[in-house]
Amino acid sequence: MQVAVSAPGRLIKSSLRGLLDFRVHKIIRRKQSDSDGFYVRHRWMKNAPSVSVFCCRQYSSREKVNLDMSIFPVDKIRNFSIIAHVDHGKSTLADRLLEITGAIATTERNKQVLDKLQVERERGITVKAQTASLFYTHEGQTYLLNLIDTPGHVDFSYEVARSISACQGVLLVVDANEGIQAQTVANFFLAFEAQLTIIPVINKIDLRNADPERVEKQIEKIFDIPKEDCIKISAKLGTNVNQVLQEVVKRIPPPNANPEDPLKALVFDSTFDHYRGVIANVALFGGNVCKGDKIVSAHMGKTYEVNEVGVLRPQEHPTDKLYAGQVGYVIAGMKEVKEAQIGDTFYLQKQPVEPLPGFKPAKPMVFAGIYPVDQSEYNNLRSAVEKLTLNDSSVTVHRDSSPALGAGWRLGFLGLLHMEVFNQRLEQEYNASVIVTAPTVPYKALLASAKLIKEYGEEEVTFVNPTQFPDRSQVLEYLEPMVVGTIITPDEFIGKIMTMCLSRRAVQKNMLYIDDHRVMMKYLFPLNEIVVDFYDHLKSLSSGYASFDYEDAGYQPADLIKLDILLNGKPVEELTTIAHKEKAYAVGKAMCERLKDSIPRQLFEIAIQAALGNKVIARETIKAYRKNVLAKCYGGDITRKMKLLKKQAEGKKKMRRIGNIEVPKDAFINVLKRNDK
Amino acid sequence: MCPAVWQCRVRSILIRAWSGLGRTTWSGQQTRFSIRQKSGPGQEGTFSLTEEAGLYLHWPYCQRRCTYCNFNKYIARDVDHNAMRECLVREAETLLRLSQVKRISSIFFGGGTPSLARPTTIAAIIESVAKWAQLPSDAEVTLEVNPTSVGASKLSEFRSAGVNRFSIGIQSLHDPDLVILGRDHTSQHALQTLEEAKKLCPGRTSVDIIFGRPGQSMESWEKELEELLLVCCDHVSLYQLTLERGTALFKQVQDGKLSVPSEELTARMYNAARRILGKCGFHQYEVSNFAKNDAVSVHNLAYWKGRQYIGIGPGAHGRFVPRGDGAMLREARIQTLEPDVWMREVQRCGHGTRKRVPLSQLGISEEAMVMGLRMTEGITHEHWKQICSEWSLQEIFTGSQEVEGLLREGLLIMDSRGVRCSWGGLAVLDSMLPALLNQLQMTASEERQSKQETTF
Repeated sequence: MQVAVSAPGRLIKSSLRGLLDFRVHKIIRRKQSDSDGFYVRHRWMKNAPSVSVFCCRQYSSREKVNLDMSIFPVDKIRNFSIIAHVDHGKSTLADRLLEITGAIATTERNKQVLDKLQVERERGITVKAQTASLFYTHEGQTYLLNLIDTPGHVDFSYEVARSISACQGVLLVVDANEGIQAQTVANFFLAFEAQLTIIPVINKIDLRNADPERVEKQIEKIFDIPKEDCIKISAKLGTNVNQVLQEVVKRIPPPNANPEDPLKALVFDSTFDHYRGVIANVALFGGNVCKGDKIVSAHMGKTYEVNEVGVLRPQEHPTDKLYAGQVGYVIAGMKEVKEAQIGDTFYLQKQPVEPLPGFKPAKPMVFAGIYPVDQSEYNNLRSAVEKLTLNDSSVTVHRDSSPALGAGWRLGFLGLLHMEVFNQRLEQEYNASVIVTAPTVPYKALLASAKLIKEYGEEEVTFVNPTQFPDRSQVLEYLEPMVVGTIITPDEFIGKIMTMCLSRRAVQKNMLYIDDHRVMMKYLFPLNEIVVDFYDHLKSLSSGYASFDYEDAGYQPADLIKLDILLNGKPVEELTTIAHKEKAYAVGKAMCERLKDSIPRQLFEIAIQAALGNKVIARETIKAYRKNVLAKCYGGDITRKMKLLKKQAEGKKKMRRIGNIEVPKDAFINVLKRNDK
Repeated sequence: MCPAVWQCRVRSILIRAWSGLGRTTWSGQQTRFSIRQKSGPGQEGTFSLTEEAGLYLHWPYCQRRCTYCNFNKYIARDVDHNAMRECLVREAETLLRLSQVKRISSIFFGGGTPSLARPTTIAAIIESVAKWAQLPSDAEVTLEVNPTSVGASKLSEFRSAGVNRFSIGIQSLHDPDLVILGRDHTSQHALQTLEEAKKLCPGRTSVDIIFGRPGQSMESWEKELEELLLVCCDHVSLYQLTLERGTALFKQVQDGKLSVPSEELTARMYNAARRILGKCGFHQYEVSNFAKNDAVSVHNLAYWKGRQYIGIGPGAHGRFVPRGDGAMLREARIQTLEPDVWMREVQRCGHGTRKRVPLSQLGISEEAMVMGLRMTEGITHEHWKQICSEWSLQEIFTGSQEVEGLLREGLLIMDSRGVRCSWGGLAVLDSMLPALLNQLQMTASEERQSKQETTF
């Protein structure tokens, strides 16, 4: 999961957007009108009634004709992707590359494109990553350049890796003003570990505060790439963008793929179309594929007949065939996204191959309860959740119910961003009002006895719901998920950030000055400590200058305990929480305080307690009403008084009684929901 | 007279249908009426609930605006006293005929500042009432008095006009506090007026006092109340200052220019006042009302007992069965708020009723419960039976865990007399009422259900 903090000026945009920007891959936009109107392609638009038809100026005469891809042998193919920190100009560069290669028209409306882009970004969470096949002529030769974007909500590194696995090189875009940020580092290492060619691109050199030399030095220092290798561009103005394409051709090797081998196609993304079914984006590592071929999904073991193959320009454009080294799409009558699992390998039925490595089912790391604000909305919300998960098989869905919040679901997400995206889509696209509970992480427990292991069927149990928390006596040890977080910050904030990290149980791994004023710090964090409000804290205590990113770091033993909340001695089941022992007091105290603020005074004193087993560790008290009676009766006007009382009487019916205490639903929501940013 | 305090006095009119008080003046007129919604206990000589009412009259004008008042009042330079008199008389006549009540058991002149009205106006209204219904010679006729607006001579003119009870808005004996409250009198004026009133209506003069005022301390409150008790007559109304949205005082407190005592402190002030009044022989008979020598406000009591009342004048509220229309159900009625508009309506069609809402049996019962429990005697079984013959108090209050909790905690008392608040319970009545209303509603809906079941 990647989280980024942008510079203060950009904070005006919502922090969520900031969070989303990098990972939710931006759209590749094109213009098309009578001849060149504006057109933005989103995954969700596929279901919209009016689907624009792509009309490429350069190739418009061939629109109805299937492209012959055999003119691009392996050595004329370059597969690359662009990686960048939020707002460092990735999509602007992509737009320019599309324009130069004629995939979209170059017009004077660039500014408008950018403005649109801002708007799109506001709700850009729905945007689905795209692949674009570009035709580029260099020194008299026409090359096929496949720009492969990482898909929508990529939350963990192996998922980025799956896109990268279809590439041989990356453009690492860095802002000439902001320099290297946390995501830049994470992205670099992903590409580096995949042994890809990395072309550093310093963008926004036209900015007044641009300092490309400083950024060059940072790149040299952290990534060990000679500064001469950096291309300094302004994607906005188009400065040196052509050089980028030339360097792609020169520096990035062609894919290692043999057309003589049997078909071996890696599925690196898939989308769902209401009419055509699953559209799988594939990279061919060997052989070729055409309409009518019988292919097999290595993961599912099912056979399909290919209906259509093509390239993405970025609109689907059918071709006769796809050949080794090429990137395109396959439609083969698959009805569910699950049938085209990302990382899966397709091969010809008659020529089985060893599947490509790298398939790993998405594993949810952040869980949150989702409930309709009003139970009468349950069915609407259910269908909205179903629709969204149709296109995103990485979200796990379990029905859940809470006495306080009613029926709902516990959803598992790949990471925080993934969750944000999902929730915002629910609210915006399906107009569903939802209560989202504070996110939790999956814990594990090593069972203590052979008997228990037999009972549970495994030695290690994973649990998300506090009610499943295995008792201490049954457990050898508890484990919690860890992440390695990268923070890049101006050095003036080091002190504050270190204090915060320490308070979040983080262990510093290293610290490095990347230039005179900027520091990169690496910490090992319990995931639980960053899922709630870490990013916001970091942002506020660094005036928006620090950036943050993290990657999975396995599990570690942790001293976990179950924290109960009691109202006048009665436990409130839905408020039971798993906490680290060190944090139990702080968590318990905070919950008691939030409850105190949201339970109205009553006729009886209310003791709100947080307890570990029988031991109370925090307490708040709500005193009983001593006087609550209206002195006046409004001279015969009892109507007003009656109205108020009836409203209160109605309100009482909606409260949950715990012992003699009435707890409004809002109180649970206030305690359970995420803090508003 | 200015709002806040007197708002509370129930300006409406009550009916003493079953109390038997009116027997001596009763005449056999009721035989004229064929429609009887509900009969009283059926004793010879008593009026049924719908044959009797109290009458509340609203005088909407004030000389100045009190900082805490959000009541329906108008600061007018020139009041057309003649037109007001005519309209009030006309509306009283219209509504009395509409209600077909036979007897008016009490009249209450509230406001606004009704002591700014001309005594001749008051006299005309009283005469008109007596013309259209029986008005027993000893029927309580109360006038709210603002201590400045009346000289001794005017009080006696009111007395001659037929007023036999004064309610004086003293509010405070501290002059700086009177300034904060925006009152146009001093404590000196108040004490003089009180003396006059006591002379004119011995034993039937009430004073209003407000506590929980900005900056007030426990000590000063106790001292002030003791001072007041040395000079007052037999009735005290005690009101906690409530900050009403839209008033000057509300804004001052919100802006932090003034601060009012904490909830805890006002709760202690209330209880201290109850204790002091009790020690001085004043019996608390309602949340805010105290009397000695049984000098209770008949008019207000009727209101708490759920009797009929007719509201006359701009913005007045009423609760009665408009039998003249052939109606069987009690209506909640509100007169038009703005005096000018109200006046035009009265001139055009005889009354300025702006809103009429028929009340269901459940609605009437709910109001009766809310109001009845404000009295220290609470709701007796007999009283309840008159309001609501369908469900007994026992039926309503048994089987609810929550109500049983209130009984167990001693906040609410239920016995052979009826149901009532304990001393402590009365102070938190508004916290108990929602639960009681839910019980009442549930009983009513169960009743309806079981009726339906038997019909099928």
